[in-house]
Amino acid sequence: MNLKLKALKKSLWVYHVSAGSCNNCDIEILDLLTPRFDVERFGIVLVGSPRHADVLLCTGIVNKKCVERVKEVYEQTPKPCVVVAIGACACSGGIFRDGYQMAGPLNKIIPVDVYIPGCPPKPEAIIAGIVKFLKEIK
Amino acid sequence: MEELKKVIVPIGPYHPLLEEPEYFQLFCDGEEVVDVEWIAGYNHRGIEKLAESKHWDQVTFLVERICGICSTSHPFAYCNAVEDLAQIEIPERAKYIRSIIGELERLHSHLLWIGLAGHFLGYNTVFMWAWKYREGILDMFEMITGNRNHYAMFRIGGVRRNIEDEDIPILKKTLSEVEGKIKMLTEAVIDDPVLSARLKGVGILNKEDIKNYGAVGPIARASGVDIDVRKDDPYAAYNLVDWKMITTNNGDVFDKAVVRLLECFESIKIINQSLDRIKGTKGEIWKEVREIPKGEGIGRHEAPRGEVFHYIRSDGRASSPIRHKIRAPSYVNIPTFKASCIGETISDVCIILAGVDPCYCCTERIAVYDKEKKKKVYSFEDLVKKSIEKTEKIKKEIGKESKLWKKLF
Ligand code: SF4
Repeated sequence: MNLKLKALKKSLWVYHVSAGSCNNCDIEILDLLTPRFDVERFGIVLVGSPRHADVLLCTGIVNKKCVERVKEVYEQTPKPCVVVAIGACACSGGIFRDGYQMAGPLNKIIPVDVYIPGCPPKPEAIIAGIVKFLKEIK
Repeated sequence: MEELKKVIVPIGPYHPLLEEPEYFQLFCDGEEVVDVEWIAGYNHRGIEKLAESKHWDQVTFLVERICGICSTSHPFAYCNAVEDLAQIEIPERAKYIRSIIGELERLHSHLLWIGLAGHFLGYNTVFMWAWKYREGILDMFEMITGNRNHYAMFRIGGVRRNIEDEDIPILKKTLSEVEGKIKMLTEAVIDDPVLSARLKGVGILNKEDIKNYGAVGPIARASGVDIDVRKDDPYAAYNLVDWKMITTNNGDVFDKAVVRLLECFESIKIINQSLDRIKGTKGEIWKEVREIPKGEGIGRHEAPRGEVFHYIRSDGRASSPIRHKIRAPSYVNIPTFKASCIGETISDVCIILAGVDPCYCCTERIAVYDKEKKKKVYSFEDLVKKSIEKTEKIKKEIGKESKLWKKLF
């Protein structure tokens, strides 16, 4: 296994991008940090800059105003970087699929590695998704 | 402002703690804020237009996804609007269930705000604890509706799911636990000298400002303006139960926090009474609605942040509205920062902006323009840091904290 991938598995630093979401998915991501789920136990930390991130958690349909932003953020992350699409919106566009502001879904804009559907996915589902991915790259 | 050289450093377009993209620019003279600007639109999804292509029943789910925090407020107002248009009287049991859901939502939203405000002030313990207590309420939602957020509880003519009798004792138990915790939190906030020093007299909005900006919700009530749709134009079960409107007079950030905390107890009162009324009774929870006639209707609901307003027009033939207009409370509340931020120091701006609770979540970044040095840029994180530093300083000056904090944590 490549060294970078090996390092990636140890302690995931995640950066959260909200691109035209209803912010419920975002709240569930924040919920992961609070006492009931507390993912910091596993070394998963939210960071303030994409330059430090191993994982991008993206929510929302990616509207036309956000497209450039999302690309910019993705380009700033060190590679390999795992992109996780959280929520029906990021996976497929969800209920907003036919809207005029829709530029996504996310995999049209940047390459996506993990899809976690749900509207919003429960915090448990988000954890399960990440764990599945980690097992996969072993 | 034109002569200032604008340099924007892209620090954290998306701050982990904030969700909805908004963009504030502060213009400063030294430490003092002289002007604020606001750019929005990063979250625009074209919902009003989409509503015109969806079936009447589907629109309920669509408007639910306007905002994740007030995800019941919009269906509430939308159903009110359609029922106003078609002159539908909903069954009594549905009225109570609607109020219960609406008030549970207020509880979780206010707790969420208190947590975020705590974080901005440097009380991260408050953040963690408030969000922990909030989980109890989300559990109640899960029990009643099957989902933690986006409950899909509303339908035109009533509600989708019943609250079963055997669930009521558990709901009440969870509620009284949460009430105890909020009580402690309230006493601690009101009693704490550091918080008083930090928040009293900061970001004041007086009655005039509120009227000029047309602000609504807790921030209007904190300035002594008693508007609340639940009282002024009762709907659902709000005139069938006993509760009172909370107002205070000072209009500063401290009062906004107090109003929100005290409102939690009123919500708990409403929920308890409603649960008592539906316990042991049977009845329909929704009414069949076959046709939406031609006409227009309006619906209002007092969301956690203020009045939500929906306007609906139907031509009587199409299976979807031909016009759907939505006005959300944050849209009128956010511009009040012009009145509340100007003249304050940079370290206070963070909590003043947060004090509006602008459903605000994603203040992407804040650029600060210093009049003298021309180009000084702070990120939102710097602002939070500044705010935390100030709290620490005051803590040292006062030298003591509320005893209650120790009890609490
Ligand atoms: S998937 Fe659902 S909860 Fe998540 S952002 Fe989209 S509408 Fe909101």
